[in-house]
Amino acid sequence: METRGGRRSTEGEGAPERGGAWARWRGRAWARWRGLLSRGQLAVGRSASVAGALAVLSAAWVFYQVFDAGLGESGNVPNFIIITLNALSLAGLFFLAASGLTLIFGLMRVVNMAHGSLYLLGGYIAWSLTSSLGVNWWVAVIVATLAAGVFGLAMEELFLRWNLGQDLRQALITIALSVILADQMLNVFGGTAQQVSPPDLLAGPVGLGIYDLSYPAFRLFVVGVALAVGIALWFWIQRTRFGMVVRAGIDDGAMTSALGVNVRAVFAVAFFVGSCLAGLGGAFGGTVLSLAPGQDQVFLVSSIVVVIIGGMGSLAGAAIGALLLAFVEQYSAVYLPSGFGPYSMVVTFVLVAAVLALKPTGLFGRPA
Amino acid sequence: MNESIVRLRNLSKSFAGVDAVQAVEMEVTPGERRAVLGPNGAGKTTLFNLIAGAERPTAGAIELFGRDVTNLPAWQRARLGLARTFQTSRVLPGLSVEDNLYVAALGADGGHLRFVANRRDARLRSRARGAAERVGLADRLRSSARDLSHGEQRQLELGIAMVAEPRLLLLDEPAAGLSRAERQLLTQLLLSLDRDVTVMLIEHDMDVALTIAERVTIMHYGRVVLEGTPAEIRADQRVHDIYLGRTYAV
Repeated sequence: METRGGRRSTEGEGAPERGGAWARWRGRAWARWRGLLSRGQLAVGRSASVAGALAVLSAAWVFYQVFDAGLGESGNVPNFIIITLNALSLAGLFFLAASGLTLIFGLMRVVNMAHGSLYLLGGYIAWSLTSSLGVNWWVAVIVATLAAGVFGLAMEELFLRWNLGQDLRQALITIALSVILADQMLNVFGGTAQQVSPPDLLAGPVGLGIYDLSYPAFRLFVVGVALAVGIALWFWIQRTRFGMVVRAGIDDGAMTSALGVNVRAVFAVAFFVGSCLAGLGGAFGGTVLSLAPGQDQVFLVSSIVVVIIGGMGSLAGAAIGALLLAFVEQYSAVYLPSGFGPYSMVVTFVLVAAVLALKPTGLFGRPA
Repeated sequence: MNESIVRLRNLSKSFAGVDAVQAVEMEVTPGERRAVLGPNGAGKTTLFNLIAGAERPTAGAIELFGRDVTNLPAWQRARLGLARTFQTSRVLPGLSVEDNLYVAALGADGGHLRFVANRRDARLRSRARGAAERVGLADRLRSSARDLSHGEQRQLELGIAMVAEPRLLLLDEPAAGLSRAERQLLTQLLLSLDRDVTVMLIEHDMDVALTIAERVTIMHYGRVVLEGTPAEIRADQRVHDIYLGRTYAV
């Protein structure tokens, strides 16, 4: 490295301004990098290089696939735009489901393994209200959201409340509940896939204004709602008095309780809100995708992956995690070299492994 | 009408066969400054936890302000006018100094489950700032509690306990880890407390404890061994024996 660096700097003298600056920058970058490696952070340095190289390679590959055939109508760009929008709307769904999970975990250290069941329950309630009872879609979504919230709250009050702080018990209890709920939903709602029909207002496609493309309005709506929910949650936790009490409870439950705050009631409210978000996610997921037995587990795993990537308990982490997961899933399904399509799931877990190798607590996580 | 502030009757607590507190009888009168002393493991902190409601007794009863609170949870006892500090500094690290004090004021005042702020909030805010001033943290209102020094965290803890305007204040080793100057400051602060507040204090620093306290309770192996004025305590041979590690038959 020494000799190469030296040669650069002599070149730099020949071509004054730019070469010199480049050599200096490069010298500093190398010094910093070597410092990083020597300060006992070799493992992190290595993982960072591998993860960085992977990310750059994947981006380059997608870029090549997209722009190889030019920017014309017959090229791959229109398709790319649609896939990107699909990824965005999927990220919205992931965020709706995962934000509830991360909220509950951040506060109560409960990994709610029945979160996916609440998602599916919310979806099914919205579906049965709209399809068999003819209820307005908006009303159905509100009812489904609240119903999932009430159900989650009952779960917390009946089973989790008196097991606070016992991680394994709580995980086992919620797994048991998810199995029971899955069977009961199969019994009540049947085994065929169902879909909630979107409200008339959002049922049609919207023109995008480029390449004559149009896109389902409802999917764009999902992105907007996820954004709104994210901002509302952030405001609630960071800017309101109730959110302040929630943060105090996260910091030190016993002490907050000694101050005269009914921490259990605060936890119950948080659990209710987290469960509501799962139900809301289910109602939207049932409209965009479909509702079927097994979707509960699909969304539970996706939510857990999102939360692991973003960091347990972090709202911003859930947003970034949802985006990363959705984009990796969508792009790898389409842009993996032909024949490798079925391996797109593997790419998802490469993502998880890379993030964990870099930051074991997730991107925005704090050590517990 | 001299109703006692704290009355403990036959109070016991055992953890998996270890009797941390055994058949304690105690009465603290309004406005009293009471020190609870004893060697490590004497059950002083457990006694405080029982009074504050952080732990449930195995047997016996606790009365606060003339009311049986044995079955009340910690937060409801706090509402009655009890505030406490902990042996190791416990502040809310993720919140600013002002918000720490504000949450404490909120907890004592009730209504923390309301979603919307109302007129009372401004009053609570100013109470929080007033408490910060009293404990000497007025210039650190915006700092995150995480960034405070150990001494400052102790000051904040005291502020948190005082902002609630409690009738009973339980202080668990408030002087631990403080410098000499900080100890003097603390002693001054505690001496300047209003007589409306009853103070119970666990302290290993005898100077601080015997300066503040009017009555002293000595605990050993979970039992109350002796109770008296600081002068009586200083003179009693048994206290010296306990602190020198000589076995003492109860």
